Amino acid sequence: MSTHKTLTFAFMDPPFESERTVTFFRLLDAALERGAHVRIFAYEGAVGLSFARQAAHGNAVHNRDLDSEKHPLTREWIASLQHKAAAKGLTFEWINCGLCVDERGVNEVIDGCGRGGPPDLWRYATEAFNTLTIGTR
Amino acid sequence: MKALQVIDQAFRTTTEEQDDAILWLTRSMRGAGGDLMVLLKGHAVHYAVLTGRQPPLTLGNWQQQQPAELHRDISGLVESGVAVYAVEEDLIERGLARLPLQGGVQAIPRTRIPALYEQADQVWHW
Repeated sequence: MSTHKTLTFAFMDPPFESERTVTFFRLLDAALERGAHVRIFAYEGAVGLSFARQAAHGNAVHNRDLDSEKHPLTREWIASLQHKAAAKGLTFEWINCGLCVDERGVNEVIDGCGRGGPPDLWRYATEAFNTLTIGTR
Repeated sequence: MKALQVIDQAFRTTTEEQDDAILWLTRSMRGAGGDLMVLLKGHAVHYAVLTGRQPPLTLGNWQQQQPAELHRDISGLVESGVAVYAVEEDLIERGLARLPLQGGVQAIPRTRIPALYEQADQVWHW
């Protein structure tokens, strides 16, 4: 890695249920914006963030069909941050807790997201400038 | 690298995961060679005085067979060399101060928390 600092994040919340999820992604974006390499350990419900089968939908209450609703999907946010990191010459690594994936059946993940376990979090943290953990409340 | 795990959410995930997810994470990282400490604060100080398994969940004909064993998880951490602390004032506020602490768990006053934080390279607040 370069001389840029590496920040590790551990996150527990699933998509579509908590503002912590949005804040978490804002922090990832800000870290990349400031030139930090980013490593993420997704734990518990957060393993659903990279699930490849997330699907957008229309919304009759909004009076918009599928195409015009442009429903946000966290798998697309991850992909966007992957591209942002690559464009800046930064690393953006994402590991899902494997047991958490299995119990939720979200094994199909987007490219660039891998499977691992707590030793990966420990490795990430040990090599990082610092680690931010965001637990479920 | 030494990390302090600060746990203040109690009984989070304990039914579905059959453990506390952060105690489990800590035991797993300890098994991988991690150098860790645990601070139980807020409602999580209940973990310091537990003596039995969690009651099994029953839903219709379905009954949980392996409920969480948080007292075992705490003692396992202590036996593996992880120092476990509980905040004294949080025990008192919850009427738990007169109960015996699990073996190896150390009660500390709030005034000692900054010194504990200073012992860690990273503080992970869950």
